Amino acid sequence: MENLLEIKDLYVNYETDESVVHALNGFTLNVKKGETLGLVGETGAGKTTMCLSVLRLLPEGVSKVEGGSIQYDGKDVLSMNKSELRQMRGAQISMIFQDPMTSLNPVMRVGDQIKEVLSLHNPELSDKQKDERVDDILKLVGISPDRKDQFPHQFSGGMKQRVVIAMALVAEPQLLLADEPTTALDVTIQAQILALMKQLKEKFDSSMILITHDLGIVAEFCDSVAIVYAGEVIETGSIEQVFERTKNHPYTEGLFNCIPDLTSHAARLTPIPGYMADPTNLPTGCKFADRCGRCIDKCRQAAPEMVEVDPGHFVKCNQMEKGGSGL
Amino acid sequence: MIKYTLRRLLLMIPVILGITFLVFFILLASPGNVAQMVLGPEATAEDIAMKEHDLGLDQPIVVQYIKYMWNALHGDFGTSWFQNFNVMEEFSHRIPYTLSLGFLAIGWACVLGIPIGIIAAVRHNHMTDYVVTFFSLLLSSAPAFWLGMMYQLFFAQKLGWLPASGVGSFKYYILPSLSLGGGILASNARTTRTWLLDVIRSDYVRTARAKGNKESTVIVKHALRNSLLPVITQIGVSFSIIMGGSVITETVYAFPGIGSFLINAVKTKDIPIVMACIVVVAVIVGLTNLVVDLLYAVVDPRVQLGSKKG
Amino acid sequence: MDMKKEKTTSSPQKKKSQAQLILIRFTKNKLAVIGLIVLVALMLTSLTAPLWLDYSKVTHQSVRESFQTPNAEHWFGTDQFGRDLFARVIYGGRISLFAGLVTIGIAFLLGIILGGAAGFFGGAVDTVIMRFTDILMSVPGILLSISIVAALGQGLFKMLIALSVSLIPRQARTVRSAVITMRGQEFVEAARTYGCSNFGILFRYIIPNVLGPLIVGVMMGLGGVILQIASLGYLGIGIAPPTPEWGTIISENQANIMYHMYLGIIPGLFIMIAVLSLNFVGDGLRDALDPKMKN
Repeated sequence: MENLLEIKDLYVNYETDESVVHALNGFTLNVKKGETLGLVGETGAGKTTMCLSVLRLLPEGVSKVEGGSIQYDGKDVLSMNKSELRQMRGAQISMIFQDPMTSLNPVMRVGDQIKEVLSLHNPELSDKQKDERVDDILKLVGISPDRKDQFPHQFSGGMKQRVVIAMALVAEPQLLLADEPTTALDVTIQAQILALMKQLKEKFDSSMILITHDLGIVAEFCDSVAIVYAGEVIETGSIEQVFERTKNHPYTEGLFNCIPDLTSHAARLTPIPGYMADPTNLPTGCKFADRCGRCIDKCRQAAPEMVEVDPGHFVKCNQMEKGGSGL
Repeated sequence: MIKYTLRRLLLMIPVILGITFLVFFILLASPGNVAQMVLGPEATAEDIAMKEHDLGLDQPIVVQYIKYMWNALHGDFGTSWFQNFNVMEEFSHRIPYTLSLGFLAIGWACVLGIPIGIIAAVRHNHMTDYVVTFFSLLLSSAPAFWLGMMYQLFFAQKLGWLPASGVGSFKYYILPSLSLGGGILASNARTTRTWLLDVIRSDYVRTARAKGNKESTVIVKHALRNSLLPVITQIGVSFSIIMGGSVITETVYAFPGIGSFLINAVKTKDIPIVMACIVVVAVIVGLTNLVVDLLYAVVDPRVQLGSKKG
Repeated sequence: MDMKKEKTTSSPQKKKSQAQLILIRFTKNKLAVIGLIVLVALMLTSLTAPLWLDYSKVTHQSVRESFQTPNAEHWFGTDQFGRDLFARVIYGGRISLFAGLVTIGIAFLLGIILGGAAGFFGGAVDTVIMRFTDILMSVPGILLSISIVAALGQGLFKMLIALSVSLIPRQARTVRSAVITMRGQEFVEAARTYGCSNFGILFRYIIPNVLGPLIVGVMMGLGGVILQIASLGYLGIGIAPPTPEWGTIISENQANIMYHMYLGIIPGLFIMIAVLSLNFVGDGLRDALDPKMKN
């Protein structure tokens, strides 16, 4: 299948008064058309930075793309001019932000906020047609269209996120970047929202990157998965390949070991020791080396290469062999 | 909204009673024989006693206060102790001057201050931003009376563009209103800049950008309205500052409003005039605060009138 | 399903104390540093004035020497009575700066007590204090000060009282709202669950946390007070004439500045520089104390 989005070797830094934060360090990721890709990693691993880079919405002045490329549908995103970017944002790629509480303009009616996307990207529609599209999308996300004249503060968190989703989908984009769309919501609402997103994504035939730190969500909703650690993808493959748990990156294994397993008799969970590498002061070799139980000298000296352990299943670890069994 | 307005108007009553009593009390209870001052140094003890009786000064302060307020309620603010004119009548000539000066000052502060703040925020960390920030700090650091004198020196004396003092055509209002509104102009520019910069970094502005909006639309449609909320609050506060500042500006420019009038009355302890000023200013400030709160509720849908209490 | 990990990205680093960090951030702001230097210089010159500048110069009159433009003997020139403007401005700074400090100090203390009590105890205490501030704030501060000075008469001490009274309400409100915000914070609730007493909470948790913004407020407020002192001086109801004060100096020269501009410009510049420096220091301090606020 064709790749819709190709991120290659992307480096992004944030520069603060005190230090330089290396947020993305050779981030490489491909998303196929129609695919739902789960992106998993700890807070601070660079997941949100990746999304903002794709939309070129990194905060000006403090952040800098140091290298690499982003291709969307064959076009080079990093060299797009302002008007090309505007055509892309909202219409081709749209983003669902992590916190629905602050993502909506507090002084604008929700209907108007959704309609704005249509005014920007479907100017050929008449006002009445736009209103109809807004009503339709609101119904799809489970909000009664009579509420479109209300303001964001009149909605609950879950309802706000539905509004955000409606806003992201109304122009039927090809790629949806969902940045932990359910983290700020109650567990009971989480499943509803995710099911809704899956259903809508299928309806509009879009691709989606679903960012989460919950492997359970990934298993349930995604086709493939990429594991991110300290600003780079360290493992990627189909859900089956990764969840088989035979050839995983030690960090992925660690993640799995943190999930309570009701069928096993293990008395307690096994957490990953230590903290994520300091992004202001990254080690030269493998960034996971300090926390890795299988770290060897080689890991300290040079960063490992991506190894294709199975067709389409890649792991960035020195102890993996092509097509081999790892350890 | 009407219910809220009425409630706020009712709440103004105890406040005005409180401030008038406070001022009345400190003016009368303080040392210094008022009747003696009115009559001059040659007055005999009998004259003084008579005058005190005339003015009602021989009664307890509370009684005097109640009498005063009762008359004030009927539109009678008494007669000046020193110059024998009717205070209410004099005021009706002077208040329009003070109010038009004040509104003009607020006008400059908004019409110039807010756009300057927007420009500074949009050009954040560029030369324009530094220049605006520096000058607005400079402007709010200079004493208003001194700035007024400097304007007179420069625009009236040196350049001869505008009259230095007095009243007449619109020209006479320009320098006084600019010196009265200068500080507010500067702080409006600074507040607009600070809040706009804050809002520009907020999540919903990022959402607006992610939708594919033009940067100018992002600022005008999404950021500006949210960042003007604190500016509105500030304009409410400014009105009080303007009423206070008018005392100084009117003195500098020999402007015949209530401000310059008050200063002379204060120096001579002409209590009827001082009291009338306090009442008038308290009412004006109270009403503007009410208008600002109502305006705030119109601009910000989250504000529920009535549930918000100072 | 929910397996959020500990959200920690901090790592063992060369640890710097909070005070060091604040100092580093403050010194990065050049304007703030310049402001601080100017301010200290102004305070030192006026404070040490009696050591190197004869007070008699302040009041010494000499008609022959009237209206001299700035020269080697009279650095800032002389006024219509031939008095040395430099000596008057330097000694005037003693009053303007230190009266400002005392005023803001009184307002600060009473503001903390009143606002702290209102915010912390709530209920009737809060209502009474807040209604009282409502009343004081119903007229502009300067009108209140003017009325009080009118009642009490002129003089340094009386002016201090008049100015403090007009400052207390705003100070009290700032403290109150800060305390109310803090009171609702989770760490205060947590302290309460350990069985911390009311006063313990107030002094150990709330006051230290609201102190930063309050100090910044005081810095900014001090600039305002200096302007108010000057205004009262200008209006001729501040400090009685022979004692010079920046506003009074401008006021007594007002009739002559059309032809002798230096008489108006120099004392005005001193006020402006002092207030500007305070604003710079206040800004720098605010940014240093709260890096989030930094643009």
